[in-house]
Amino acid sequence: MIGIIGKKLGMTQIFNDEGQQIPVTVIEAEPNPVVAVTDPARSGHASVQLGLGRQRMARASAKGEGTPRGRRAHAAAIGHAKKAGLDVPPAVLRSFRLDDARAKDAPVPTYAVGDVVKVDIFQPGETVKVTGTSKGRGFQGVVKRHGFGGGPNTHGNTKHRRPGSIGPGTDPSRVIKGKRMPGHYGAERHTQTHLRVEKVDAERNLLYIRGSVAGPRNGIVLVRKQG
Amino acid sequence: MHAFIETQKEWIRTDIPAFRPGDTLRVNVRVKEGDKERIQAFEGVCIARRGSGVSESFTVRKISNSVGVERIFPVHSPMIAGLDVVRRGRVRRAKLYYLRHLTGKATRIKERKARVTVPATGSAESE
Repeated sequence: MIGIIGKKLGMTQIFNDEGQQIPVTVIEAEPNPVVAVTDPARSGHASVQLGLGRQRMARASAKGEGTPRGRRAHAAAIGHAKKAGLDVPPAVLRSFRLDDARAKDAPVPTYAVGDVVKVDIFQPGETVKVTGTSKGRGFQGVVKRHGFGGGPNTHGNTKHRRPGSIGPGTDPSRVIKGKRMPGHYGAERHTQTHLRVEKVDAERNLLYIRGSVAGPRNGIVLVRKQG
Repeated sequence: MHAFIETQKEWIRTDIPAFRPGDTLRVNVRVKEGDKERIQAFEGVCIARRGSGVSESFTVRKISNSVGVERIFPVHSPMIAGLDVVRRGRVRRAKLYYLRHLTGKATRIKERKARVTVPATGSAESE
């Protein structure tokens, strides 16, 4: 289903009409230009590619002005953006399927290159799913990573945060696949479903979504309609 | 992040007077009973104020029928019909949790007199 690319601004709380406090995540989603559209006849599915933000570009240096330093948009990105009628290539490009998870016999929404998707595609009260990249936590033990209980801290115990036994002995002489062990935790794509849109601020391009969303502040998130 | 507080502006109330821990407050709370709504006052000492922006809250403690009662209110809650500062108190802590262990005369708080030279805005005085 159609969605929008946004930036997580952070969490706060708002009051609803009944005076109740609602915990919300504020997502800023500037209007996303449609950069590309797939042809269902050719690719077998309908989707749009949306963009967000601006990449820095090399520009002909005027007098007393250098080209911007650091990473700049490469020619391929500029060409791709130009085809969509954009002067500056977007910093983020993401595609959204249009023909999945919709009501039976509902028409597939159509978009054309050059259209702009804004936060007003969402209504307050609507259910959405939000995809983000969770905060990276580095190499973590089993207590933090998998929620193991760990051992007692006292009474002579020396195995405080260890995983304990990881399986039987001579038979089968191996560790079963999928055994939860220490390792890298976080920095994964995570989709939180069934989140409620509490408020849509079309003027400031803000979405107020009830509950928490994966990722740090200023992280890129995808807000999609839930079929 | 462009001034995140801007996203909260809509809910921030500007009609709440300045107050600090140690002040005696009368909080007029909207109480919904069925489809009727009335206003109930809760009067006591503000013993703590915490948080910032729209999430700021304060704790009011009073002795009701010789039982200590504390209520925590969000500062910007629409359920607060009004808030009066009954008496300003002079205290040397931001959190007056020690009042929970005290009873009777020991819980008295000295009155804070507004200084003559400084306008009594509450924020101009030292914490």
